[in-house]
Amino acid sequence: MVEHRPLTDFIAYAILTLGIFIVAFPVYLALVASTHDAATVVGGHMPAVPGSRTLENYYRAIFVGGSRTSREPVANMLINSFVSAIGIAVGKIFISILSAYAVVYFRFPFRKTAFWIIFITLMLPVEVRIYPTYKVVADLRLLDTYAGLILPLIASATGTLLFRQFFMTVPDELLEASRIDGAGPFRFFWDTLLPLSVTTMAALFVIQFIYGWNQYLWPLLITTQDSMQTIVIGIKKMLVATDELAEWQLAMATAVLAMLPPVAVVIFMQRLFVRGLVQTEK
Amino acid sequence: MEKSTVFNNRLLPYLLLLPQLVITVVFFYWPASQAIWQSFLREDAFGLVSEFVGLENYQALFAQPEYYRSMLTTVIFSTLVAALSLSIALLFATQADKNLKAAPAYKTLMIWPYAVAPAVAGVLWFFMFQPSLGMLARPLRGMGLDWNPLLNENHAMMLVVMASVWKQISYNFLFFLAGLQSIPKSVIEASAIDGARPVRRFWTIIFPLLSPTTFFLLVVNVVYVFFDTFGIIDAVTGGGPAGATTTMVYKVYADGRLGGDLGGSAAQSVVLMVIVIALTAIQFRYVERKVQY
Repeated sequence: MVEHRPLTDFIAYAILTLGIFIVAFPVYLALVASTHDAATVVGGHMPAVPGSRTLENYYRAIFVGGSRTSREPVANMLINSFVSAIGIAVGKIFISILSAYAVVYFRFPFRKTAFWIIFITLMLPVEVRIYPTYKVVADLRLLDTYAGLILPLIASATGTLLFRQFFMTVPDELLEASRIDGAGPFRFFWDTLLPLSVTTMAALFVIQFIYGWNQYLWPLLITTQDSMQTIVIGIKKMLVATDELAEWQLAMATAVLAMLPPVAVVIFMQRLFVRGLVQTEK
Repeated sequence: MEKSTVFNNRLLPYLLLLPQLVITVVFFYWPASQAIWQSFLREDAFGLVSEFVGLENYQALFAQPEYYRSMLTTVIFSTLVAALSLSIALLFATQADKNLKAAPAYKTLMIWPYAVAPAVAGVLWFFMFQPSLGMLARPLRGMGLDWNPLLNENHAMMLVVMASVWKQISYNFLFFLAGLQSIPKSVIEASAIDGARPVRRFWTIIFPLLSPTTFFLLVVNVVYVFFDTFGIIDAVTGGGPAGATTTMVYKVYADGRLGGDLGGSAAQSVVLMVIVIALTAIQFRYVERKVQY
């Protein structure tokens, strides 16, 4: 038994409390700023407690939009963010579970080649090849479309590797048993493999949803119309106006709204989140 | 590792692979090869004619003082962010690992910033340190410091570093805590019986046993600083003032967008690709080794 002294425990709690404070403080300030009127925030004497303009600010941010910077209302951006984040998560799960199934459960010429073609994508994030990818998407006339927001971001191997790893742990006896029962590849996939993969899929979904929701550079480049903007892009554009004109209380309300869905996912699906994080980083 | 029982269908596996292969070729291989090809071309001002110029784009790139500056900025930025976020996260993780009853609750309270978008994190920190209205900038100015990240290069760098560290602590904390919890308690108890004090125990027993986690995190953090901080930099400083926070990735974006120098931008992309491939290779070598631990 390692010693337990009240003093060490006290120091540990003090350091951890400080940690929580550091982590939470910027977000707390954003919350507070989103409940005051514009003059209070810009004046530089913002109180440390929430004000009384909460409903008004959020209503304006969500449904009306800023007046001075003439931005789109956030409701539309939230829809765009949800569509692209869910599209990225579902799309990646769909293509990668199929290709992992092919690579693990079939033998065919060029199997290794196909696997390596997919595997190499791990090495180059989209930021490195941003303009050529932009050009491809433009040539395909996918600018300002959901397909343009989603497809280039699902071209990656993380999901395939994750499912491949999981399929390798599925006992061979399951396949033998279903073949004796006369099951073909479709029935085995649908009745046996898919139900077993639910947790892996959910973990991947959580990670990819956060990844998709938080995208910045790619949506910034390929959305030219305000109506296609995601919320993360929207906040930045609210602050492009000079500081005195920027409506900080609305920008902060938007920031809070932009953080809410992914943070809720992490807090309420913590187990899946941690699992996905640890597995996709291997 | 291979499955011993498999299906024998001929066409089906190709159909299953088709969606991912098509997307990978169209949105990955085609653009990546275009980047390499473009880096050997020079387009005229209107983008109508392009001629093959060999390595000229690379020569021009490495003749630019700004390019070396962006390399230096990247090195300083990555070192600061990795060193700070790793050591702060390790401090918190060691405290949370001390058999505290509240450790699971602390874990929840520490990891959620992972979910905050880098660009949003940048906006939050900019709001705190914006020179005229920032809650934390005002006391700094009150103390007589001429705090202004919009004009002062060092202040701008400090601000993007702080925002990037804040965002990365949660990730490092999670992995450090997992690493600490996987160290057998018996080893620590043995050294306690031998009379090693907590600080000595940490440096002679725990820290060496944690080194695989630390090394893994180091690589992940460098990759994070290279790519995921783009949103933070764009939201906080836009690469300024006077290019002080322009990292290599930011320069690819800025040169291609504002300068329209696609050949030069492509050459920069290729240099970055080589760096990332090297980093990834190190990461995989390490993963191979980790199996033995």
